[in-house]
Amino acid sequence: MKFKGYLRPDNKVGIRNYLAIIPTSVCSATVAFNIASHIPQAIALPNQHGCCQLGVDHEQTVNTLIGLGKNPNVAAVLVVGLGCEGVPIDKVAEEIASTGKPVDTIIIQECGGTLKTTARGIQIASKIAQDISSIKTQEFPICELCLGVECGGSDFTSGLASNPAVGVASDLLVDAGGISILSETTEFIGAEHILAKRAKTPELAQKILEMVKNCESRAMLLNVDIRGGQPTPGNIKGGISSIEEKSLGCIYKAGRSPINGVLAYAEIPKGKGLYIMDTPGQDVESMTGMIAGGATVIVFTTGRGTPTGAPLAPVIKVTANPETYKKMSDNIDIDASSIILGEKTIDQVGREIFEEIVAVANGKLTKAESLGHREFGIYKIAPTF
Amino acid sequence: MIYSCIGGDNVQKQAIVINIKDNVATAITDIKKGSTVKFDVGEHVKSLTINNDLPLGHKFAIKDISPGENIIKYGESIGTAITFIRSGDHVHVHNMVSNRGRGDLNK
Repeated sequence: MKFKGYLRPDNKVGIRNYLAIIPTSVCSATVAFNIASHIPQAIALPNQHGCCQLGVDHEQTVNTLIGLGKNPNVAAVLVVGLGCEGVPIDKVAEEIASTGKPVDTIIIQECGGTLKTTARGIQIASKIAQDISSIKTQEFPICELCLGVECGGSDFTSGLASNPAVGVASDLLVDAGGISILSETTEFIGAEHILAKRAKTPELAQKILEMVKNCESRAMLLNVDIRGGQPTPGNIKGGISSIEEKSLGCIYKAGRSPINGVLAYAEIPKGKGLYIMDTPGQDVESMTGMIAGGATVIVFTTGRGTPTGAPLAPVIKVTANPETYKKMSDNIDIDASSIILGEKTIDQVGREIFEEIVAVANGKLTKAESLGHREFGIYKIAPTF
Repeated sequence: MIYSCIGGDNVQKQAIVINIKDNVATAITDIKKGSTVKFDVGEHVKSLTINNDLPLGHKFAIKDISPGENIIKYGESIGTAITFIRSGDHVHVHNMVSNRGRGDLNK
């Protein structure tokens, strides 16, 4: 099976052709947004970070911004700095440029304020947008795809039907030589022993167990029962009684393939196959991490129904709850309720999801894309100072 | 995993038992108190009277479960019973607790 994608100078393959406008601090977010709003192919990544962050928390923000710029769906980048933030503006630009993509930088304090920077930014961005518009798609084998699997607003149908069906699609991609990333460490709590058994090496198994233990320890430092936050009130209303139950359903998204590696938040996988990324269970921060790690398409299962998308990768929504599909068909791409209704098998629906991934890779817009859903958030691991 | 029990046989069931080790089933329709529900456990068809109104997607016990005993779904523990749960009872946050992420027990 093949798809039409965009070859980047680092030999990675994208399925969209965006100009990313990346603010290196919350203080440059509005200017970045204003520039992007004038250019059809441009997508801004306004965020609340970039300054007064320390140590690993600071590094994670920097790595995430760099990873997003490197994502193969991004053809070129305009970095918008304030000029006095903690994130090193030049380093972000240089690291992204190491892929060979065109990268430009403007700095608000040097340009002379909002109006001048916005005007200059639009000038630069419109030229880049014109340049990248001439990049032609070429045919590539399916193994060039990098899939992120996500679940949000889960209910009983997630673990029973939609997650296992996505697992079939994930296995099909991994078997074809592609990459699939499972994230949401919180939602491994109670199921980590099953994932550890699937790790390719004992060291990797140990890493998975430690990653989950660290996540659980962070939650326990707050001296409260994780229940109510995870599972969420909506999960509980939908029949999920504990984090263990949610986790056991969650991990089916990664099918049955062996686990080839464990990634830090926003880390780019070095090989092919199935990877696990250490992210929170919160959907938007989780997807941001996977996209910064190179995911070019996301499949997102939901039971309760959620509209969220992502700025740089198409998000394909799947629900197996027949009522949710009826209520929220605006937002859901694939109705997998036929599994619950006994009309189709998990395997059949899994193959339909895989076909949809290929269709979206070939340019079909997802509902989240067509509705302009570009929710974005970077995971913080320490307080701001 | 016994996913063959869902889908493919064109029979609309009212409840699903995912793994033969499970002591709970999941309702896949709303179920009224007092109604009798049929479900498969592996190769065997079992039936049970339901003791509470059950919303779609919620769990009920398929055996008696004593306080302190694990609640098993997907063939794995999803928590522990905190009251005596009779076969046919609704199983949820009111009669089971999670054993993980329990920072509230730190004190």
